[in-house]
Amino acid sequence: MADDAHGLPELPKAQRMKIPRHGMPEQEPAERVHNFSEVALGYTAALAMEEAQRCLQCEKPLCVQGCPVEIDIPGFIDLVRQGDFKGAVGRIKETNTLPAICGRVCPQEEQCEIVCVLTKKYTPVAIGRLERYVADLERASGHVDMPVCAPPTGHRVAIVGSGPAGLTCAADLARLGHSVTIFEALHKTGGVLVYGIPEFRLPKEIVDYEVENLKRMGVEVRAGYVVGKTATLHELFHEQGFDAIFLGTGAGLPTFLGIPGENLIGVLSANEFLTRVNLMRAYDPGHNDTPVRVGKRVAVVGSGNVAMDCLRCAKRLGAQEVICVYRRTRNESPARKEELERAEEEFIDFRWLSAPLEIYGNAEGFVTGMRIQRMELGEPDASGRRRPVPVTGSEYDIEVDTVIIAIGQGPNPLATRATPGLELNRHGCIVVNKETMESSIPGVFAGGDIVTGAATVILAMGAGKQAARGIHDWLGRLGRGEVSKPVLESEPA
Amino acid sequence: MRRRGSGRRRTDRAPTTCGGGVEVHKIVAKDRIAPGFNRYVVEAPEIARKHRPGQFVMVLIHEHSERIPLTIAASDPAAGTITLVVQEVGKTTMEMAKREVGESFLAVVGPLGTATHIDKFGTVVCIGGGAGIAPLLPIAGGLKKAGNKVLSILGGRSADLVILRDEMAAASDEMFYTTDDGSFGRKGLVTHALADLIAERGNPDFVVAIGPAVMMKAVAELTRPLAIPTLCSLNSIMIDGTGMCGGCRVTVGDEAKFVCVDGPEFDAHKVDFDLLIKRLRTYLPEEQAARERYLTDHACRAIDGGNRG
Repeated sequence: MADDAHGLPELPKAQRMKIPRHGMPEQEPAERVHNFSEVALGYTAALAMEEAQRCLQCEKPLCVQGCPVEIDIPGFIDLVRQGDFKGAVGRIKETNTLPAICGRVCPQEEQCEIVCVLTKKYTPVAIGRLERYVADLERASGHVDMPVCAPPTGHRVAIVGSGPAGLTCAADLARLGHSVTIFEALHKTGGVLVYGIPEFRLPKEIVDYEVENLKRMGVEVRAGYVVGKTATLHELFHEQGFDAIFLGTGAGLPTFLGIPGENLIGVLSANEFLTRVNLMRAYDPGHNDTPVRVGKRVAVVGSGNVAMDCLRCAKRLGAQEVICVYRRTRNESPARKEELERAEEEFIDFRWLSAPLEIYGNAEGFVTGMRIQRMELGEPDASGRRRPVPVTGSEYDIEVDTVIIAIGQGPNPLATRATPGLELNRHGCIVVNKETMESSIPGVFAGGDIVTGAATVILAMGAGKQAARGIHDWLGRLGRGEVSKPVLESEPA
Repeated sequence: MRRRGSGRRRTDRAPTTCGGGVEVHKIVAKDRIAPGFNRYVVEAPEIARKHRPGQFVMVLIHEHSERIPLTIAASDPAAGTITLVVQEVGKTTMEMAKREVGESFLAVVGPLGTATHIDKFGTVVCIGGGAGIAPLLPIAGGLKKAGNKVLSILGGRSADLVILRDEMAAASDEMFYTTDDGSFGRKGLVTHALADLIAERGNPDFVVAIGPAVMMKAVAELTRPLAIPTLCSLNSIMIDGTGMCGGCRVTVGDEAKFVCVDGPEFDAHKVDFDLLIKRLRTYLPEEQAARERYLTDHACRAIDGGNRG
């Protein structure tokens, strides 16, 4: 670890403001569309310290308020400036367990960086890139300071789902001295971090490494275990002896369009496509058995971050033409600007104001084309965005071999279906107390996409942290005999 | 007793390259019940305890293999094991066949899917074709236990492919067999036997048909005009088996259903079998290529081994 890096001096504020924001070296588009290696290559020590020098060290830092897990941002950045990278990562880890992941996938431009005072006149400090830098450096050094865990409390907590919410909740509870077991339905831990986000945005070794660290803290992991099927919540409480349960089962239920031709061969949900490519590593067919086929022309319907991942994976799998079909305009696209720009650099054909009407196929049932209708923007709708309205007579057909539907995911229904008495909202999301994250069943807590619907990694982590506080409080009351574990009716399998 | 000692779990840990913590599932018995058919008894105490007829597991042999859905043929909660009957049809199932007693599968996940609705219907005809006889076995057993008169029709291409005859006979009141080549039972299809049975004895109260999609389609077409309630169990393409990928979707009535969470069993009269048959062919070229590559590699290795030996 470059602890001995010479730090940079604290410059007068006027001078700091004049330093331009430092870009991060990345693979060239023409090169990267042929591989699944990470696109962004990360800062060097010099770039990191120079970027850190830009921070004005505000007395009332707005960036901290913008961070869902309240990282001491000016504090860690000042340590980076001084060249104390180990100290910097330690500061981050006081509140954020997964900095290498957040540094990559957090939408900093909507959270900490958007409120940076430099944003008004200049460009914000690249907080995410600095976070990523110090976390990567620590991982590369092989010397990780494990957080000190409180003495064992004797309480046992079951975490259901090993995505960002579950991992964060597990880490915080382990630190508080509770005995934590994570149950993961898939054979590999990480949830959306491994099945959804592609290797070129978040290398899987980083997720594996973070899970290994949790295990070193004493967290037990049981993968290939489907809560709701292998065991019910009642059994977790009363047969396996858990004192509290956290449900972080995520938004994994695919949404389809409901247009003709959607069941043709070659029409996939974004989940199916990304799971094949990421979790099952179909991009490396020499070593992995799960197939994926994209053909020459691929259309992805939708324009969120998941759609961007699908577009960019399809390009890397060798599709010649990759088309994004979205019914609104670039301005309404829910994807992060950075992801959108990278997709644009990677030769994706964006068809804004285009709605799919029908998917066509041949006699064998394979997709051959899609009918698209041009749209125009009308009055604002409930989301505040201008509603797309069809332009009559504007329909046209495109030839495609694959259609990927990336228009959002619903909450995973398995655990909730198997738990009668758990209050859900009309979308099927778990209803919780916003302070404690406790569900309608005492001792059962929830957080992440299963509560909010599909959102971001960092919001799920924030919810996991909040739930950990709620669970810690519940365990205290349980220990004092003020509450007792719930008796749940069990659903026949 | 359930065996769930933490000591066992820790010592049997899978390689950490897989994210860690996957509980490996040891093969405790294996036998070849017919050409190309292997029966495995696998350690899976918690699944054995929860299993109900009709449910399946997702199996992953090793870190790089496919996740494949396999219907549970039997479970023994006392021994903590489940039984899987697997036909060697592609690379994954052939590779599986190389695993011997004492070796393990990396992941066996379940029990998934909804359980068969077992009730006292009266006279029930259980129809099994090929590998479909294995998942039929616990259902036939359940139906008999519930007080039904169980008549079973088993079919296969030839005599040696009509599997689990003794086990099915033990779960049935009467047995009927058909083979394509006439080498065992009557020559013809299971639907011929079913039509004759109906002609001789009138409509049964309930029919369960599990086998190749074309067989289930033929049974559904026979029983639909007679309004005989008919249940089928679908085995479509799946990745996770927990409702996340949607790859297994089928049209039932006018609705899109996921075989993994809504099924695998459905009203056979409402299933769009033509669509299912097409979708099952999605990765046929890849599957054939993988199979040939595997066979070639395996043949080469066998020759190498022979030379060295």
